[in-house]
Amino acid sequence: MRQPLRRPRLPRTALPYLLLVPALLLELLIHLVPMVVGVVMSFRQLTQFFIRDWSTAPWRGLGNYRTAVDFSAPVGRSLLNSFWTTCQFTVLSVGLSWLLGMAAAIYLQENFRGRGLLRTIFLIPYALPVYAAVITWSFMFQHDTGLINHVLHDQLHLTSGKPFWLIGDNSFTALVTVSVWKTWPFAFLTLMAGLQNIPRELYEAASMDGAGAWQQVRRITLPSLRPVNQVLVLVLFLWTFNDFNTPYVLFGRSAPQAADLISIHIYQSSFVTWNFGTGSAMSVLLLLFLLLVTGAYLLVTSRRRSADA
Amino acid sequence: MRFTRIAVGTALASTLALTGTACGGGSSSTGASNSSPKTLTYWASNQGASLDIDKQVLTPELKKFEQQTGIKVNLEVVPWSDLLNRILAATASGQGPDVLNIGNTWSASLQATGALLPFDSATFAKIGGADRFMPATIASAGAAGQSPAAVPLYSMAYGLYYDKKLFQAAGIANPPTTWDELVSDGKKLTTGSQYGLAIEGGNVSENVHNVFTLGQQHGTGFFDAAGKPQFDSPAAVAAVKQYVDFIAADKIAAPGDAEYAANQSVTDFATGKAAMLMWQAAGANLKSHGMNPDDFGVVPVPVPPGATGAMATSSMVAGINLAVFKNTKNLDGALNFVKFMTSTDESTLLNKAYGSIPPVKDAQSDPAFGTPELKTIAGVLANSAAPLPQVANESQFETLVGTAVKNLLAAAAAGQPITDDTVKAELTKAQQQMPAS
Repeated sequence: MRQPLRRPRLPRTALPYLLLVPALLLELLIHLVPMVVGVVMSFRQLTQFFIRDWSTAPWRGLGNYRTAVDFSAPVGRSLLNSFWTTCQFTVLSVGLSWLLGMAAAIYLQENFRGRGLLRTIFLIPYALPVYAAVITWSFMFQHDTGLINHVLHDQLHLTSGKPFWLIGDNSFTALVTVSVWKTWPFAFLTLMAGLQNIPRELYEAASMDGAGAWQQVRRITLPSLRPVNQVLVLVLFLWTFNDFNTPYVLFGRSAPQAADLISIHIYQSSFVTWNFGTGSAMSVLLLLFLLLVTGAYLLVTSRRRSADA
Repeated sequence: MRFTRIAVGTALASTLALTGTACGGGSSSTGASNSSPKTLTYWASNQGASLDIDKQVLTPELKKFEQQTGIKVNLEVVPWSDLLNRILAATASGQGPDVLNIGNTWSASLQATGALLPFDSATFAKIGGADRFMPATIASAGAAGQSPAAVPLYSMAYGLYYDKKLFQAAGIANPPTTWDELVSDGKKLTTGSQYGLAIEGGNVSENVHNVFTLGQQHGTGFFDAAGKPQFDSPAAVAAVKQYVDFIAADKIAAPGDAEYAANQSVTDFATGKAAMLMWQAAGANLKSHGMNPDDFGVVPVPVPPGATGAMATSSMVAGINLAVFKNTKNLDGALNFVKFMTSTDESTLLNKAYGSIPPVKDAQSDPAFGTPELKTIAGVLANSAAPLPQVANESQFETLVGTAVKNLLAAAAAGQPITDDTVKAELTKAQQQMPAS
């Protein structure tokens, strides 16, 4: 009988880590490397003269950041404007999507004929490809031939003249409308799943104690949904704040000022004016802001939860 | 058992690490070579009414090239909305096509990236020489004093298209030759739902092309001799205001035009909703909308009375250039392909298909280019067309000034007053966003 081959034994605890290595490497490759490259780019003057060979781009230190946050100069001022626009847009869009999703989810908890059909219809915007859906909206928002003006002006006579939706100040309304339309089914879906987990007995007990529908929602539904809401609102916030497709498809490469979301703004600052250094600096600032908000949000909501418990 | 698992895990991990370094090490500073002489990748711009039409036009020609040389050309028609981004991405990564179409106004900007093969006299000799092309079209292929970054492929210029029937109905005998005439004719032609002029106000490039021509007439090229932007000079303000006033003060263009960005102005002209249109070689497009070629006339875009030299500019030099990507793996094949595409026969055939003017002088004698429309356009191209500023920052100029004009048109359409001050403020903002270099 031959001796078993002698080999260096790995400590038992190493195996799980070793097995994690491929996943870690992939994570590095797909997420972290591009991020690090972006951060490095933000310190260089990466304009059209250097994109062919990045390594020759001169270092600018914090120069790109200074340009981005110099709010007295036009570049910084327009970034700040864009930031506020995005904040308003996000609050409105997430708020309305959540409200609509919540209302629809609660309403569809009741068993009635056609419930399945309604659920399906409500989910359609979520299932449609973003591009196709938003292009359709952009046709509907057209000034002369769009459906929206036809209904508002020609049929309902609500407006004195035909308003513009894709240019000028109304573009903000158009953007929020499309965004809510696109986002609320996800809120609806998530909240509906959350509602399934609330025991019916709670409601039965509450109604025996004389609680009305509104009180049931306030005292049972909302508190039980808190963990779902914590994640849902965060995810909706991040998606909406970073949304690129909706404004890009709706307005093209130069968005009207009233609807100049930060993602489009950064795209314009880097791709359209070919200044990838400043664009990267803005992206890094955006990343830091989102990290900060997410961190603060999780801290506050978790603390509240443990305090409640 | 455990040994195998570890071995597999390690092997997988090291493979991944290797692929990782391979991906990360994409050096982009390599030059041209001839390591794959049997194939070429060609990015064509969208010239026909759809991407499919472009494929139908180009595929038989590429087959012809393959028969002659044995080189297979992989064609991709890239829509205009993506083309510049795709070229930039290819430049940054070094992974791109061998031959590609570029908008000729981008020539100097792309030249500055160093991504395109310069056409020095030796390179030009390989494709038959530079003097086969019209001089104005070569001037729009790169910065002055440098070897062109591309060669002209299809040429166009702006003309003023007018609807003969609507002019007759309004009792106007001749098309306008000055702006005063255009505005007064436009007012006569604006009745009910019909407007005197159609403009593509939401299209950043169209805006820039038109205000560039007006700028030349007012005596500015938007850049000074040293290449520094002069977007808010009095002449530039006057030029932009004149354009915006078509909606704001003269009211000869429909407010709705301010949002047009998908060639709706061509449709409006073809369907009689507007009586005049400034466009580059619109004939083929108008025909596809069912307009009879006898129903419209083409004259040069108006100039100020008595203008000479640059002030008599009536159009930018529009067109498409053909460039060779410096990182090509088939340099000889690529140049061969450029020679093929700009040969007299192919130039005739392709420009005929797209309704444009061949930049190749010998190809212009074909009777297909003798229609009144194309004769007018060719005359403009030869006599009164100027290339857009051939400076490295041209692309930024197009975006920033084009967007400023778009914003001003949007304000005008919403009924806000447009004054010299509002125009200047918007142009100053555009200029301040230009990169310092």
